Amino acid sequence: MELLLDSLFNGVAIGSVLLVAALGLAIVFGLMGVINLAHGELMMLGAYTTYVTQLIFKLPILKPFYNSYIIVSIFLAFIVSGVVGILLEKTIIRKLYGSPLETLLATWGVSLILQQFVRSVPLAYGTGLVLSLIIGLFLPTTFPSKIKESINFKYFKFSSWIFAALTGVLTGSLISSSISKLSRASARNVDVTAPSWMRGQVEIIGTAFPKTRLMIIVITLISVIAITLFLNQSAWGMRIRAVTQNRQMSDCLGISTEKVDIITFGIGSGLAGVAGVAVSLLGSVGPNVGGNYIVGCFMVVVLGGVGNLLGTVLASFGIGIMTDLIGAGRLLSIWPDMPLPLSNTINFFATTSMARVMIFALIVIFLQFKPTGLFPQKGRMVEN
Amino acid sequence: MRISRRILAGLATASLAVTATSCGGGGTSGSFDDTVTVGILHSLSGTMAISESTLVDTEKMAIEEINAAGGVTVGGKSYKIEYIVEDGASDWPTFAEKSKKLIDQDGVPVVFGGWTSASRKAMLPVYESKDAFLYYPIQYEAQECSNNIFYTGATPNQQSEPATDFMYKRSPAAGGDFFLVGSDYVFPRTSNTITKAQVKQLGGKVVGEDYLPLGNTEVAPIISKIKKALPEGGIIINTLNGDQNVAFFKQIQDAGITPSSGYYVMNYSIAEEEISTIGPEFLEGHYGAWNYMMSIDTPASKKFAASFKKRWGSDRVVADPQESAYNMVYLWKQAVEDAGTFDDNAVREALVGQKFDAPQGPVEVMPNHHLSQTVRIGEINAEGGFTILEETGVVLPQAWNQKHPSSKGFACDWTDPSKGEKYKL
Repeated sequence: MELLLDSLFNGVAIGSVLLVAALGLAIVFGLMGVINLAHGELMMLGAYTTYVTQLIFKLPILKPFYNSYIIVSIFLAFIVSGVVGILLEKTIIRKLYGSPLETLLATWGVSLILQQFVRSVPLAYGTGLVLSLIIGLFLPTTFPSKIKESINFKYFKFSSWIFAALTGVLTGSLISSSISKLSRASARNVDVTAPSWMRGQVEIIGTAFPKTRLMIIVITLISVIAITLFLNQSAWGMRIRAVTQNRQMSDCLGISTEKVDIITFGIGSGLAGVAGVAVSLLGSVGPNVGGNYIVGCFMVVVLGGVGNLLGTVLASFGIGIMTDLIGAGRLLSIWPDMPLPLSNTINFFATTSMARVMIFALIVIFLQFKPTGLFPQKGRMVEN
Repeated sequence: MRISRRILAGLATASLAVTATSCGGGGTSGSFDDTVTVGILHSLSGTMAISESTLVDTEKMAIEEINAAGGVTVGGKSYKIEYIVEDGASDWPTFAEKSKKLIDQDGVPVVFGGWTSASRKAMLPVYESKDAFLYYPIQYEAQECSNNIFYTGATPNQQSEPATDFMYKRSPAAGGDFFLVGSDYVFPRTSNTITKAQVKQLGGKVVGEDYLPLGNTEVAPIISKIKKALPEGGIIINTLNGDQNVAFFKQIQDAGITPSSGYYVMNYSIAEEEISTIGPEFLEGHYGAWNYMMSIDTPASKKFAASFKKRWGSDRVVADPQESAYNMVYLWKQAVEDAGTFDDNAVREALVGQKFDAPQGPVEVMPNHHLSQTVRIGEINAEGGFTILEETGVVLPQAWNQKHPSSKGFACDWTDPSKGEKYKL
């Protein structure tokens, strides 16, 4: 019983890391059909946001609230990656809808740029830049409609960008002067330390579970529930689903497909940021952190069936449980006296490297029989 | 018009000043009779850049120190050392290509370079075919002995063997079972083969072994295995690489695999630089084994650390790989002076037997092109350094490991033409 619980927990823990990382991609790639190779780098931005938030919360004024920095950083990471995603959509991806190969190359280029960005730009100024992007993009939308419709709106827009730039530079230099760790550019990996209440273990029904793993499971659950509710219950969710199913028809019926694209892409990117917070709790934060997850993300989305959230959820937990079953050699402890050739085979695959090979092989075999994944999409993809 | 004339006058003065300074510069370099250019070849971009750039910094510092002390004296003439830095870009074929460039195009008498075993294996054929000389400063898995490479890092018997011995006999987990964890490439696998043979000799037991593919940070299956294999605590030997250590230590601490519950990790790839990245709070109470540790309390060690901080910034640290890099520049200088020429073959002969008072203590070049070194076992402390627990005497290097089944009974000796790369003892 304890063994089963332990194994199930491990599987769910591994699966939830995969799921939280793939969730944003399930929306961007699944619903919009955009092959976004910069998804991993949006995660990386989320991870760096956690790091910067952590350092800011170490400042004397915020010190009393230090323990809650991780909660704050979840929201901040969502906003940061979401805004960068929106910018990406507005400037590059929008022009490439319907041409997957070009999108793939362009987003790969973006991923290299983002990696080099965090290597060569001091994080303090990076933070300032992101802040100006947030203000510049959102300030004009908060103006009363009278101004928005006026002919002079472009001047208002322009001046809000200037305001945004100034705020950004000011914040950048403020952070740079108060936190020396952020004032210099560095390619070195940095470290996020979980607050003390999240470290160590908690005992449930006689088995000890690591708290950070539980936290990641909670983050994942909340993200999945929130996104499901948003897609199925809200007006914008309905519009997104409508555009996914039939773009032209939705356009004819007065849905602003442009806005829908921006919102969908923004949410998908924002979720990547949340995933960044989760993975920063497990390993170190560095320019390459996203690259380690991107293949896994695509694997989960394809296996689950492109365009289906339930499929993504099942696929990631399936892969998680399989990884633990094979990689930790669990079958042997469940059935200790199995015939020798069989137990030798299982032992051979019971290492992390071989388990990975095995999982990939199983997925390839599975896709031979069900090329569209667990739950094939019935609607249409974003076309032209 | 008037203004432009003034500018012209200004320009003229400036150029005069420049001529004057360059004359002065010529005067300074006049204290040297000539210059010699050496090659430095490490990754300055890509994943290995973080580690390898510290070696470039150290080598530059050593060269500057030698120049400040009068340069290299060969045949009564003093030479100022200049260097060409090439970027291996964390890409192994690039290392070979840049080596060719340094040897053929720049005609350097020596190249200081490399970090990963993969980069060394890529460069080896180049140096052997051109009969040029590479100085390689990293602790590695050995099982190699080239006439054209000079290895200043530790071989397994100068790092992992004394460490395993310490863990089994004298650590708090003495007599316990072993679990081996590493990244999935040549160094951890070779090192663990040696450790397994050694543990067997000592009468201990290796109860598990697992390798994490490079780039993978999911440690959960390994943790389940450790808990199953070592339910009551024990010894973990860790040869993970770079960032994977961060994931490993964060996750095992959360899973309750800590010194306070009886699990002690001995690390072969974690030096002061890595401790500060991973965070001492995750590593405190675990162990490391190196030839050089920054906390060595001798004037030579303190001077080395202090000059590095003075040259590159007070927040910088020095670690074992940097010390090896520092030593190799000085050993080359001594050998060249003894040989009285920059010629490869004469320098190679003069090199064997060179002694140097390194920051770690005295080192000597052995006939197998490796160094005799001191081995230290340290416990990682809360300040991010090592508390040195044990210090061996000088340990001779074994290019062919005596515990590895494939090389048992073999040795290397380049001073005797009848012996060479691999001969039976």
